[in-house]
Amino acid sequence: MQKVFSNGTKALDPVSLSIREGEFVSIIGPSGCGKSTLLRLIAGLTNPSAGSIRLSSEVREAAIGFVFQSPTLMPWSNVQANVRLPLDLLHTPRAEADEKVRNALDRVGLKDFAHFHPRELSGGMQMRVSIARALVTSPRLLLMDEPFGALDEITRNRLDRDLSALCEREGLTVLFVTHSIYEASFLSSRALVMSARPGRIYSDVNVDESRPRNESFRSSEAFTSLAARLSASLATAMEAAAS
Amino acid sequence: MKTDWLRFLAPVAVGAIFLLLWHALVVLNDVPAYIVPSPLLVFRTLVHDWGLLSGSLVVTLQVTGAALLAAVVLGVGLSVLFVQNRIIEASLLPYAVILQVTPLVAIAPLIIIWVDEPRTALVICATVASIFPVITNTTIGLRSVDPGLLDLFRMHGATRAQTLLRLRLPSSAPYFFAGLRVAAALALIGAVVAEFVAGTGGTRSGLAYQILQAGLQLNIPRLFAALMLITGSGIALFLGVSLLSRLALRRWHESEVPKEP
Repeated sequence: MQKVFSNGTKALDPVSLSIREGEFVSIIGPSGCGKSTLLRLIAGLTNPSAGSIRLSSEVREAAIGFVFQSPTLMPWSNVQANVRLPLDLLHTPRAEADEKVRNALDRVGLKDFAHFHPRELSGGMQMRVSIARALVTSPRLLLMDEPFGALDEITRNRLDRDLSALCEREGLTVLFVTHSIYEASFLSSRALVMSARPGRIYSDVNVDESRPRNESFRSSEAFTSLAARLSASLATAMEAAAS
Repeated sequence: MKTDWLRFLAPVAVGAIFLLLWHALVVLNDVPAYIVPSPLLVFRTLVHDWGLLSGSLVVTLQVTGAALLAAVVLGVGLSVLFVQNRIIEASLLPYAVILQVTPLVAIAPLIIIWVDEPRTALVICATVASIFPVITNTTIGLRSVDPGLLDLFRMHGATRAQTLLRLRLPSSAPYFFAGLRVAAALALIGAVVAEFVAGTGGTRSGLAYQILQAGLQLNIPRLFAALMLITGSGIALFLGVSLLSRLALRRWHESEVPKEP
């Protein structure tokens, strides 16, 4: 598929990509390489200028979960109401919705915070609420657009670990956009390096390490060599774009 | 805690000093009551004429309240219409601006002539005076929506009505309340001005009428007493709206969240 903005900017050069069920694919690249555009295309928030996106029937039936760069919560609603929003919009009966909300909050470790307002929570907890909201419709595909980019490293590492465990436990397929080579190395079963202007996929790296991964993986040989490989690939991708 | 008391006591102290000064100047210079009455005399008149003045106060407050309600209902309604479609906004907003920039005293006589029922005419005048801040603020508020949340609503197939009720209206609340504070004061001013313009052709019952009558009769203490009631109503109205805003926003909006001690 291809995406050209109305102002003539070529956001994505023809890009072809297929993702298998259960993969954790991270997309890494410089700003302006069309990573976010790619996610928005898959989420149906914008249409491709050319080409198409095919989703399996299981993915289409359950809503796609989307986690934004910022928590993007309704400040006037409490945690429970925020997580329930997608169900409310689909007119899910209240009792059933509340049960799903409890379940989603439990999965992100926030079941005691249902009645807090977003401003009463830390940045990391707000992001967990955002993830719970994405999980509440039981999606098969989760799209995450630099979800932890604004958090401190300690919180980010913790959330990465929890996310890794969650995805493995539930067999989720994830497309994860990030600026961080280390985050991509820690999480992915497959990493895509993109280059900018126009955006294209520069390299596609499979990671054959078992998941979920824990803190010890960060100091493993595999992690270090993967990070070095991605780092080198990113550097050549940016050089190629600059020349 | 200490600053809380100061915030309350400081303006009260300024007021008390002002009243003392006023009283002293009137008494020491032997100023006659038909030029400047002493605050004590104004207060005595307020008590003595309470039967007459309280009736007028109720009338003025009724006109103000009805106008403010109309301004909120019409203003929010128009704002909702504006954000549905840029063309609607572009075609109607200039007329709202014209209504705002035309002085009320200039159009009030026409409204009073056109509308038979005097009370209704006053309410219309006060509504015209107060609707503009409701429209502009609410419109800005309805547009100031987190784009991420808008995407989220779209992704889950939200209808226009769902987006309006669950996203746009709550987002606009802080802006709406800021507009409401201005509108409340303008509604009171509008009600008083309109009654002044209507003069003896008006309802013969509001506070502005009492001021006109007292002026003609050189009953300056009563004029002052009526003036005090108008000012007092304005302050009460402002505090009322502030309280409403606090109750609505204290759980989530920065402007009204209680400060940590």
